[in-house]
Amino acid sequence: MRYLPLTADDRAAMLAAVGASSIDDLFADVPPEARLDGPIAGLPLHASEIAVERHMRRLSKQNLAAADAPFFLGAGAYRHHIPASVDHLIQRGEFLTAYTPYQPEIAQGTLQMLFEFQSQVARLFGTDVANASMYDGSTACWEAIVMARRITKRSKALLSTGLHPHYRSVARTMAKYTRDMLVDGDPTLEAGTDWAALAAAVDKETSCVVVQYPDILGRIDDMSSLAGACQANGALLIAVVTEPVALGLIKSPGEMGADIVVGEGQAIGVGLQFGGPYVGLFACKSKYVRQMPGRLCGETVDANGKRGFVLTLSTREQHIRREKATSNICTNSGLCALAFSIHMTLLGEAGLRHLAAINHGRAKAAAAELANIPGVSVMNDSYFNEFTLRLPTDARATVHKLAEKGVLGGVSLGRLYPDNDALANGLIVAVTETVTEDDIAAFAAALKEVLA
Amino acid sequence: MTALNPAGWRPEMSVSGGADDSATFTGNRALMLEEPLIFEIGSTETTGVDFDDDAPAADPGSLMRSAPIGLPGLSESETVRHYTRLSRQNYAIDLGLFPLGSCTMKHNPRLNEKVARMPGFADVHPLQPQETVQGALAVINELAFWLIELTGMYGVAMSPKAGAHGELCGILCIKAALEARGEDRRVLLVPESAHGTNPATAAFAGFTVEDIPATKEGRVDLEALKARLGPDVAGVMITNPNTCGLFERDMKAISDAVHAVGGYVYCDGANFNAIVGKVRPGDLGIDAMHINLHKTFSTPHGGGGPGSGPVVLSEALAPYGPIPYAARYADGSLKLVEEESAGAEHPETFGRMTAFHGQMGMFTRALAYILSHGADGLKQVAEDAVLNANYVLRSLEDVLDAPFGPSGPCMHEALFTDEGLAEGFTTLDIAKALIDEGYHPMTVYFPLVVHGAMLIEPTETESKAVLDQFIGALRSVALRAKNGDPALKAAPHYAPRARLDETLAARKPVLAWEGNL
Repeated sequence: MRYLPLTADDRAAMLAAVGASSIDDLFADVPPEARLDGPIAGLPLHASEIAVERHMRRLSKQNLAAADAPFFLGAGAYRHHIPASVDHLIQRGEFLTAYTPYQPEIAQGTLQMLFEFQSQVARLFGTDVANASMYDGSTACWEAIVMARRITKRSKALLSTGLHPHYRSVARTMAKYTRDMLVDGDPTLEAGTDWAALAAAVDKETSCVVVQYPDILGRIDDMSSLAGACQANGALLIAVVTEPVALGLIKSPGEMGADIVVGEGQAIGVGLQFGGPYVGLFACKSKYVRQMPGRLCGETVDANGKRGFVLTLSTREQHIRREKATSNICTNSGLCALAFSIHMTLLGEAGLRHLAAINHGRAKAAAAELANIPGVSVMNDSYFNEFTLRLPTDARATVHKLAEKGVLGGVSLGRLYPDNDALANGLIVAVTETVTEDDIAAFAAALKEVLA
Repeated sequence: MTALNPAGWRPEMSVSGGADDSATFTGNRALMLEEPLIFEIGSTETTGVDFDDDAPAADPGSLMRSAPIGLPGLSESETVRHYTRLSRQNYAIDLGLFPLGSCTMKHNPRLNEKVARMPGFADVHPLQPQETVQGALAVINELAFWLIELTGMYGVAMSPKAGAHGELCGILCIKAALEARGEDRRVLLVPESAHGTNPATAAFAGFTVEDIPATKEGRVDLEALKARLGPDVAGVMITNPNTCGLFERDMKAISDAVHAVGGYVYCDGANFNAIVGKVRPGDLGIDAMHINLHKTFSTPHGGGGPGSGPVVLSEALAPYGPIPYAARYADGSLKLVEEESAGAEHPETFGRMTAFHGQMGMFTRALAYILSHGADGLKQVAEDAVLNANYVLRSLEDVLDAPFGPSGPCMHEALFTDEGLAEGFTTLDIAKALIDEGYHPMTVYFPLVVHGAMLIEPTETESKAVLDQFIGALRSVALRAKNGDPALKAAPHYAPRARLDETLAARKPVLAWEGNL
């Protein structure tokens, strides 16, 4: 077996050294009735690199890769160009095969990167501080709701109907068992958000209001007055960003008064990967830092006075506080945070703004062309790189018909909200810099054909 | 740019006789290169990405960003150098033995990296029409099959994102099962030797945590456990093999006792690598166990993640597992059971615990790892891991206190304590001295059940020669600590940084770059 360096002679010598007559002696604590003597019956035996690669390639080919079709899916996961150097750098063994930096003297590479990542995320979100990452956007969103409960000592959370339905489902799953009270609902196919209604609904029992920006239907709105309403009632405003590229063009949530900003960082540096691993972003005002979940990297000095970085404020965390920890999270999404940070460094502010402008421009071009199709209308009057179409028919069927024509043409609202007939004709369309004019033309032609 | 070392030698200084003759102008020491922050070397105008189009005039109305963001950019050449230099300040498995107990730092095969990057896995969207992702669903399904077979369990939930998320999944299954029975049991019993995630998970899900006493031999005290069981107990969370590196001999009896009072058994599977292919948790009465794909099945730790924590489930708990999951139908097609079909096909699910379907990028790697080893290779993995750990245990127990050494062999990790070190010398000193010897230290001060714990997990991917050298180094360091060698107190001497002031970091937290660009 190519990964196992012990030879038969080594094994014999080592067994003798530990005073065992056979390997079974070392498994003596396992009751005989639970011990398997040979390899588990019916399972394949070891395989060569060639054989494994062949098998996996065969499975890979049973998928339609996004690069091989006009591609317009978003709804929480976005296809952007990732510079080649990102993937090269994250495969450096010193990053790839390192562990959580518990021994800072020999983990300054990871620690400095995390400090830079935290700084980038905080600046992008317009907040004071950010942590070293969470699993993904959906779990970061629930952690933010729990954090708001700890801070406000209230347990009623108002969720905007524009929140990603999976994020809402995660919150509902957890709230069922933690006895948090969620006020939520499905969106309606309207141009405006429900934020004014939320501002009116927030009261002295409300721990937090959760809004997504841009929201699940692609809409963008100003959260300033909602932030004011939250503040007046002692509630926190949590903003969720699933497409961070947008913040190269539009105001950050922090700038508009959000107290906690969480998000999905996949769009920058991390590929689609069928949904994971992604990277949860988590940021807030500095006064709440001791209630944050997850790891935090901080600056300090070493015994010789040189600047260095360490994991800090660990008394919030499970390995110190156990059942009193702010969260049970341990492993986070370090390597994806590295990919995010490298891509963001390559872009820089100028590159991010440029990228965002191209995304918005291309989305406008696509919206204009798709709106020309008979029976199709664009629901949004505001959006970044994603908008919702109203089709004359159930979008679920349309998506499959488009796929038959080789076009990956968006996410149907029916898949996300299967019980809501009023949304069945909705189709979420995302348009990034990876989409060409030809792709838009092909999508428009195919959509026109399947709707005819 | 602040890379230059203000304490370093300058032309105006005399050629010799400075405070530190070895000080350099830059602060660098040959291949040990200092590296500034991106905020100190980048600018907001610089970018390492070219675009085909000029930026179109964008008008998102009143939401247009006006204030600067403050994000530094670097050219590609500078970016590659920055991160390459940073990488060289890290220790990693690729550089040497990484014996962190309970963390399972084994070799990460590069075939797995190659496979994960195949376009059919890396470049597919989670919400693509399912007929266009049959191969991705097949990977999930095939890995699920292996996990079920290797554990002897009934089903598996694939979506949890890491070990602690898997714990949460298992605990929510228990909650849902109790709810279905109309019972409101509030207590979970967790031994003191458990990973911190266990009590944190139980509390996160709304349970009260109570301690399970341990025997002098470092195992769960079965009689004490039985005495505590009752109608208020929802279940137990037990790590097996446990964090002292010992197999819980009474596991089946524990499960039977817990089941007899209507409770459930959660097993923390962080240490499954010690028994994979040798013991099936399903045969021990386990109801739920998470498997850290980043431990047992060698997906890279990546400096702290991403992980992946599928949870195998008993027949009693499987109906409550989360959505979505990949199901195979009679015609051979695969489908995700998610919101749309859960009502008909998986009505008792506790719901969704993450967006999308889990850590696909980890599934492809873990499946390639499992296929490479096969049933025979995985069994060998467990045997070699246990042999290597016992070799370390027996080679060092004459110089380091091994509290459970006399009672028998260990499993995949060897536990020592600070007993017998010179006055004022600690486990931390040994750890820092090992850094100078070129090793990442072992897990220190965990588990909490012994004083000054040192938990060493060599894993199966280390050769005898590597172990012999490590044993020699640790023996040397241990003897120096027993003899009170003062040089140990200032270790590490040769790392990129000396001991860092963690108190200062916590007292005045600086968590982000605060300067202007």
